Amino acid sequence: MTDSRDALMLGRASDGRLVRRPLSPHLQVYRPQITSILSILHRATGIVLSAGTLLMVWWLVAAARGEAAYATVSGFLRSPVGLLLLFGWTATLWYHFCSGLRHLAWDAGWGFTLPVVHRSGWTVVIAAAVLTVLTWIVAVIVI
Amino acid sequence: MAEFTLPANSKVRPGKTHAAPAGAKRVGSFRIYRWSPDDDENPRLDTYEIDLDACGPMVLDALIKIKNEVDSTLTFRRSCREGICGSCAMNIDGTNTLACLKPIDEVKGAVRIYPLPHMPVMKDLVPDLTQAYAQLRSVEPWLKADTPAPPDAERLQSTEERAKLDGLWECILCFCCTTSCPSYWWNGDRYLGPAVLLAAYRWIADSRDEATGERLDALQDPFKLYRCHTIMNCTQTCPKNLNPAQAIGQIKTLMLERQG
Repeated sequence: MTDSRDALMLGRASDGRLVRRPLSPHLQVYRPQITSILSILHRATGIVLSAGTLLMVWWLVAAARGEAAYATVSGFLRSPVGLLLLFGWTATLWYHFCSGLRHLAWDAGWGFTLPVVHRSGWTVVIAAAVLTVLTWIVAVIVI
Repeated sequence: MAEFTLPANSKVRPGKTHAAPAGAKRVGSFRIYRWSPDDDENPRLDTYEIDLDACGPMVLDALIKIKNEVDSTLTFRRSCREGICGSCAMNIDGTNTLACLKPIDEVKGAVRIYPLPHMPVMKDLVPDLTQAYAQLRSVEPWLKADTPAPPDAERLQSTEERAKLDGLWECILCFCCTTSCPSYWWNGDRYLGPAVLLAAYRWIADSRDEATGERLDALQDPFKLYRCHTIMNCTQTCPKNLNPAQAIGQIKTLMLERQG
């Protein structure tokens, strides 16, 4: 589908000839701020989680296939690269979870005033960090 | 479809520098977006240095001083110079605001001034708002009622009913919020944007208006209303400290409530 705004990208010079108008800068100049950054992070973590789910499927399928397959996956996940991926996945999961609760509150009509938006934003970031660290402390103790 | 980079003809190139007058003690630097349909060139960023001791306190004062004393070709919209007309909306120091309400000394370093983001540029700091105005017309922002008004009186409201319009009627339609919204950047052909949705809610919330159902029907659309992802840039940037995101949230709540 074409974009109806394209029609407005044509203007006229003083002598009447048609000229293409420029599009004013957007991402290039708009200051990143907590509102937009947390929003795009929510979307990015959603995408990363989908990819991370493949990792989990790989693990489960290996467990179903037998000992040798499971050992391969388990070995990979315990390698530095595997641990880094798992750490990223848990951090992503906790951020998306906490941020999701924030969106749920908005959808229920709560938390729209600017001071609350800033506070809830930082709360999500800090809560995600704390929960990630806690998850790994528990993981290290159990394993 | 979202395009994150600027088209080739819209990339901003470095421009000319107009140095401060000799003897200026407090020099302010303004980097301003310039484009003219007569030049056959890409937009450029010109630098103007002015004596802040001989200039009013607001960014608009500096723009007017530059136009009067340095470069009369600099083009921008302005009218009331006190935040009530909404003409001088532009992107200053990375966020959208009214040049007349933005103090120069709130900006650290050079003051960067661009037109409202992701809009067709007519000249310099003047964006084409045709699309936004057409969208405003589409929500029919006027009182609609089948019941005739009392012949000898106004349509009355209680104090509580009137209070529901506070924070809505004050919008001056400068479109700072709409053009701060990434969702509007990518889908502005079909998403109405925060300013227009706030205007729609102003009439939905009005106890005298009798077209609430009709208005909600018109917004029941995957794009017009629901491209709002609660990014909150709109509320963050509103120079009148209004809350378009909350108004949109309230429309979404009403949509759910009427489904029962």
